[in-house]
Amino acid sequence: MLRIDHLGHRYDDGPDVLQDIELTVPEGQLVTLVGPSGCGKSTLLRCVAGLVRPSAGRITLDGEVVDGVPDRLGVVFQDYSRSLFPWLTVRENVALPLRRRGLPRAQRHAAAVAMLEQVGLADAARRHPWQLSGGMQQRVALARALAARPALLLMDEPFGALDAQTREDLEDLLLRLHRAQGMTTVLVTHDIDESVYVADRVVVLAPGPGRVRADLPVALPADRDQIATRGLPEFIALRTEVGRAVRQGTATPPPRPLGHL
Amino acid sequence: MTASATLHTVRRLPRTLALRLGVPVVAVVLWQLAARAHGSVFFPTPARIVEHGYHLWFSGPAGRAFLTDAAVRDLLPSLGRVLAGFALAAAGGIVLGLALGRSRTVYALCDPVLQFARAVPPPALVPVFVVVFDLGTPMQLASIVFGAIWPVLINTAEGVRGIDPLRLDVAATVRMRPAERIVLLYLPAALPRIFAGLRLSLSLSLILMVFSELLPGTADGMGFQLTDAQTRSDLLTVWAVMVLLGALGHLLNSVLLTVERLALGRHHAAHRS
Repeated sequence: MLRIDHLGHRYDDGPDVLQDIELTVPEGQLVTLVGPSGCGKSTLLRCVAGLVRPSAGRITLDGEVVDGVPDRLGVVFQDYSRSLFPWLTVRENVALPLRRRGLPRAQRHAAAVAMLEQVGLADAARRHPWQLSGGMQQRVALARALAARPALLLMDEPFGALDAQTREDLEDLLLRLHRAQGMTTVLVTHDIDESVYVADRVVVLAPGPGRVRADLPVALPADRDQIATRGLPEFIALRTEVGRAVRQGTATPPPRPLGHL
Repeated sequence: MTASATLHTVRRLPRTLALRLGVPVVAVVLWQLAARAHGSVFFPTPARIVEHGYHLWFSGPAGRAFLTDAAVRDLLPSLGRVLAGFALAAAGGIVLGLALGRSRTVYALCDPVLQFARAVPPPALVPVFVVVFDLGTPMQLASIVFGAIWPVLINTAEGVRGIDPLRLDVAATVRMRPAERIVLLYLPAALPRIFAGLRLSLSLSLILMVFSELLPGTADGMGFQLTDAQTRSDLLTVWAVMVLLGALGHLLNSVLLTVERLALGRHHAAHRS
């Protein structure tokens, strides 16, 4: 279980990026954090990952205070081409978090290949990341994040850089892996449809300073389907609600008449 | 490389060779003609220089790889010094560069000193080492190492400093140990910069090897042979040493470039995509 208590953060002497964030994620839940840019959602994720020390409040994971990178953590970053190490093979990249487990090399490789099988990339084990397409690279990054069976998976706009078809494939892959491994998952996105489609629960953040504006349960059937689920009235109602919450207070100025452009 | 690309390269080989060798061949032929026409003892023909060098160094017994006594006395010590000095400078530069590059504060503190040390022309340091160290190989090695270490050190530190912060985040989230970070992240990421530094250091090592052997107190090595031949007005030997030094520098540089190509193959490929 992940608990975030009165969390606040500012960088040096800047303005508050996060203010009094309260959030509890039960074990195994998949939560999406959605909000406009500048709402501090990535900063919140970095605090949970132990990469940023928050200026106020505290985070606990299974009762232990997060101070530095927690033990059983997996992280997927948006920019797969930078997050994967180009000088290592796909298998070596995936095996990186297994080193800390003290496994011998052969077992690390076997576990990495088994994980690659789960993301459909067993054949790519000996290739280098830059030989793969963007979607395949992000699958490798996902395999790396999950290779050590983390209790908590954090994803920072993981599918934002991918084309629509690939993004949908990866959303379904994430749902499959989440069901198989049952890790608590926090996914940051700015895509409202995605935030509803993959989630058990959607948390909407408001900007300036970042705070929780809405916390919405997702009452959709566990079996999701890109076409059928997105057509359900519950889905449409929820994405409308999330969309309103995201846009609230950030009213766009009325459009100018076209003739004046 | 694809099969058609290989075929293309093979087909273009004569043209490539002609382009690469054309100018040197023409230059040597012109040199030969000019030197012969002039007939000066100060400017022997390249043919005589090569012949002289061959008799001097490479006409020895087969069991000793055709090296003569003179070669064993002059070439091997020089080669040993330049290789040992370069190796020490490279190792020291990489280790210190890694240490400096990892900490922004330490780097900022050391930067002025580094810039100053680098700006001192390396041969100017040699007289200091003559005083501090024993004459002979210790002094020569010290001159090479202290002159040639800076490019590797500074390039390694810059390479480590320039590592993508996202990759550092990845290293933190997979909880790499410090030693693993060095082997799996810092060194591979800084490798292109490290090799840029090594190329500079290698040419400096060669310069300092010759320069340190020119000084009094030296009794062997190519630099010694150069001054020794000059005092004996043996111009043919002076020219032969110069040609051999050029060949040696070219050879060492080619070896380094080959190593670099092999080591950075994956980097280059990554940049292509």
